[in-house]
Amino acid sequence: MRGFRVQAKIKSKKVSNILVKAILYVIIIALSVLFAFPLFWMISTAFKSNEQIFAEPPIWIPKPIVFENFSNAWNKLPFNLFLKNTIIITLTATIGIIISSSLVGFAFAYLEWPGRDIWFVIMLSTMMLPAQVTMIPIFILFTKLGWVNTFKPLIIPAYFGGGPFYIFLLRQFFLTIPRELFDSATVDGCTSLDIFIRIALPLVKPAISAVAIFSFMGHWNDFMGPLIYLRSTEKYTLSLGINMFRGYEGITMWGELMAVSLVAAIPCLAIFFIAQKYFIQGITLTGLKG
Amino acid sequence: MRKKKSRLVQQEIKAFYLFLSPWIIGMVLFTGGPLIASFLFSFTSYDIVKPPVWCGLSNYKEIFSDKIFIQSLKVTLKYVMGAVPLNVIGALILATILNQKVYGLSIWRTIYYLPVVTTGVAVSLLWSWVLNPEFGIVNTLLQKIFGIRGPDWFYSERWAIPSFILMSIWGVGGPMLIYLGGMQGIPTQLYEAAEIDGASWWQSYIHITLPLITPVIFYNLVTSIIGTFQVFTPAFIITQGGPNYASYFYVLNLFKHAFQYYHMGYASALAWILFVVVLILTIIAFRIANYWVYYEEKR
Repeated sequence: MRGFRVQAKIKSKKVSNILVKAILYVIIIALSVLFAFPLFWMISTAFKSNEQIFAEPPIWIPKPIVFENFSNAWNKLPFNLFLKNTIIITLTATIGIIISSSLVGFAFAYLEWPGRDIWFVIMLSTMMLPAQVTMIPIFILFTKLGWVNTFKPLIIPAYFGGGPFYIFLLRQFFLTIPRELFDSATVDGCTSLDIFIRIALPLVKPAISAVAIFSFMGHWNDFMGPLIYLRSTEKYTLSLGINMFRGYEGITMWGELMAVSLVAAIPCLAIFFIAQKYFIQGITLTGLKG
Repeated sequence: MRKKKSRLVQQEIKAFYLFLSPWIIGMVLFTGGPLIASFLFSFTSYDIVKPPVWCGLSNYKEIFSDKIFIQSLKVTLKYVMGAVPLNVIGALILATILNQKVYGLSIWRTIYYLPVVTTGVAVSLLWSWVLNPEFGIVNTLLQKIFGIRGPDWFYSERWAIPSFILMSIWGVGGPMLIYLGGMQGIPTQLYEAAEIDGASWWQSYIHITLPLITPVIFYNLVTSIIGTFQVFTPAFIITQGGPNYASYFYVLNLFKHAFQYYHMGYASALAWILFVVVLILTIIAFRIANYWVYYEEKR
């Protein structure tokens, strides 16, 4: 009797479980559509002619697919040059971030030095410092150095520490390496630099990939930095170029605006798809240690 | 033996300088130094060309009687109070749903995270297109499906801030991913034990999942507060602060004073006020955290 009741209970539980699951999937799918829609709309608009863009009722998938928005935009402003500038800044800054934040992360994980733990807390707390507090004196410094309207202010700081978030991320990964590995290498006569390059770095490749991706996206999408430091059009990054294009075209050329926006968004989307694994690993780690 | 040891010590010292000198220089040149400098500048009148002139508290006095400053603070607080809870709680709900052993987790996770990857100018333009009052797809659909005349969104004094909040929710995938990481780090034995004890799903969520991810909730809350206070690009691109200062965010005001009018002293004072406001909120968050955030060592 009791056994029967339990069975019935399990059965009804199963039915309600299926119902709950069904509702969950409906929510998940509906939200996915909502979240993906703006990006879909960007792509769709970029490949439509003006008649299609303002058509009533709205046309979801452009037919025919046109490329005139891209060619028109490229004819009006030197977007290839903006693209080149953005790539130069993003890559050189990212290299700086990788080098310096892995050096510092290693020092916080394995080197013994006085005040290390206090400095670690201080470094972490600088994460909460709004960038605006240091922005003005740094701008004045770079102005006095004559670096305004060069790429230097956007690149050089990356080589000096790389930022607390990256240092933290790499330190956490370095700490997962068993210490004995380093100790035995030290006994074998390796210096700290040898250990760092030959043992530590190869073991934290996933973390370095995560840092590289974060840094790439940060610099690629940066707007305020270039807005403050770059003055002449031939130095502009893609963000500044799009901003200029917006002002220059008025806000009615939606097809062209979406075309350039799409080109700006594609590298980050592509990298995210290719390197998703590392990316999510990096973020997940922040959550675990949160 | 002694000689060997001293060589080791020397090596350690060398390693220390090798690894840390870039960071030390960076801390002095790009963090510590500028922090002190901007504090000092905030008591001066400074336009970069002429040397700074000490003017005491007059920047601060001027700021607190400036209507535009008050407006920018109001607008920013409104935005923060809308965007922070919606993002922190929305991300938690989304992560909870995705954590129910659903099929295709990595696909859903990717879709929700995509908007975070594409930030900046491109996304700002995208939203001003989607929410365009006349030709935007949102208003078109509202008209077609519900027969409602949609609001003017970014172009309306009343709807500008809600529009920015809506746009910020699109980035909810960022905190969601961090929650998911936290949730997946909870040992499954805990759930198994609870199930044996006859706990329902809701009970184990309230008594296991939530307490164990409170540190993550706290992390997301603090980073979200700090981040939303500094909103700049969308306002600069979409509204330039308008209409009628309805979206004149704090950092937009600061940016204009610093880099358009070259009021470096005044802008430094604005930056320090922002810093203090964010600091106070963070300290409050940390204080309150003692009551609700669960840390394992304290068990």
